[in-house]
Amino acid sequence: MSTTEIRRRRRVRPGVIVIGAVLAVGAVLTAFPFLWMIFGSVKPRSESVAYPPQLLPQEPTFEYFVELFVKLDFGRYLVNTLLIVAICMVGLLLMAAAGYGFAKFAFPGRDALFFLVLVTMMIPGQVTMIPSYLILNGLDLTNTLIGIALPMLVSGFSVFLFRQFMTTIPDEVIEAARMDGAGEWRIFLRIVLPMSGPILAVQVVLTFIAGWNSFLWPLIIANDQRLYTLSVGLSLLNQQIATNPALQMAASTLMVVPILVVFVVFQRYIVQGFALSGLK
Amino acid sequence: MRPRLTGYAFITPAMLLLITFGVLPIAVAMIVSLTDMNLAGLGDWSRIRFIGTDNYAALFADRAFWQAMGNTALFAIVGVPSVVGLSLLIALGLNSSQSRFFRALRSFYFVPAITAIVAVALVWGYLFNTQFGLFNHLLSLVGLPPVPWLSDPVVVKFSVVWVAVWRGIGLNVIILLAALQGVPREYLEAASIDGASRLRQTVSIVLPLLRFALFFVTITTIIAWLQFFDEPFVLTKGGPLGASTSISLFLYQKGFSASQFGYASAGSVVLFVVIAVITVVQLRARRADVDY
Repeated sequence: MSTTEIRRRRRVRPGVIVIGAVLAVGAVLTAFPFLWMIFGSVKPRSESVAYPPQLLPQEPTFEYFVELFVKLDFGRYLVNTLLIVAICMVGLLLMAAAGYGFAKFAFPGRDALFFLVLVTMMIPGQVTMIPSYLILNGLDLTNTLIGIALPMLVSGFSVFLFRQFMTTIPDEVIEAARMDGAGEWRIFLRIVLPMSGPILAVQVVLTFIAGWNSFLWPLIIANDQRLYTLSVGLSLLNQQIATNPALQMAASTLMVVPILVVFVVFQRYIVQGFALSGLK
Repeated sequence: MRPRLTGYAFITPAMLLLITFGVLPIAVAMIVSLTDMNLAGLGDWSRIRFIGTDNYAALFADRAFWQAMGNTALFAIVGVPSVVGLSLLIALGLNSSQSRFFRALRSFYFVPAITAIVAVALVWGYLFNTQFGLFNHLLSLVGLPPVPWLSDPVVVKFSVVWVAVWRGIGLNVIILLAALQGVPREYLEAASIDGASRLRQTVSIVLPLLRFALFFVTITTIIAWLQFFDEPFVLTKGGPLGASTSISLFLYQKGFSASQFGYASAGSVVLFVVIAVITVVQLRARRADVDY
């Protein structure tokens, strides 16, 4: 019997039942806006602006989901969002490579460069927002998908996490592969990356969430409606709040549900990721 | 390939991006903040003039800037203790049992933190709506008058903070839970054999061991509130009359709605200095804390 099973079979203290009840009420209150959103997304317009408001729709309809894709351009926004997520995954490989470089190679300037990585973790996005826009404008990359993705590709925090994890990979494994004549990139792709499974899983999930939800930067850099992401498209529906809440709730549901699925499937890794980051 | 060069090869792509969009912008902001760069200057660099510290002088004389600074300070003063306190209580509660039920409850608290702000802000806007919103309906059920959640200059500040606290808790609960799982069980068992109550164990053993995590959570929460942007942007656009404009929103409005890049850069340099000072002070305090 594992220790968790022993713990589970232990007598439940009365205090724990009270705590559980309080937490359950808090959990329902916390999740309530999501329930409201999902039920709201299938209400016909007359019900969504009815007073007093009802949680459950009387005559559910999916017309607003259809409208998002048929009348509005949400299909395109969805594709753009997925493209950004895909580009961010490439960035993840670059950060893993950097983490490996910092963890397993000695070269002049390494410590100074790594310090630079740590410094970037402290600089707020709003400070770099205007200069980054000016830099991309200088490179003629505003209004391009690349321009949206470039500043989101790397983060100091991820490089830091990769380095911390990869330091724990034994040097002997890498040396042995070198002896066998494997090239450096082959060692990285075939040995180091597979050995970094746990940290990679965490970062893939966090990168997906960050790319999918990204809002401020795509809003700034994309003036062309063909480059809008879901979140930017959604924020433009804001003007319709007084007229058609159901349409907005449908769009919000479209944005939130995929994240919920990713989260439920991978939540183990998310918690683990924070444990791995050395905060325990 | 020699190993020494290989090291550079591995870090170069990421470092180039990190320096271009993480470090270089600070220098660019400092330079641009000394010019009158605007939309015209963006297309034609010859129209940019060096104006020294005029932007800073104008900024410090700008009532909207001080209003945004004041709002940000208020948001942080209300928001940081609320987020840290609630996160700690929830994490301690969730950690009090390892049963399946408690594990399932966790997800509910995490979810607001990982979902798109635009989506959740729209939902909250719907709940706050004065005509058909749920909150005013609930108030009417207990005989209270409707509240102008997003249109009253005082109430609006607390409405946006409410949403941000709701959203800010999840991430900190995860971090604190991870830290709580690192508390050695033997300490607690020894204490309970010695007859220490649960409360006593929490105060005397768990909290001191959580010090680093609490410090980390506090500092990241302060920085997050100083960068507060999304909630007021989506819920109110900073209104009414600038009552919910944070410093980040102010910078966005000056930089991208009004295209006053020089002026907005001066503002971002000020924000950078404020955040740097707070971080250094916190780190100092932390060092003193370790020394005793």
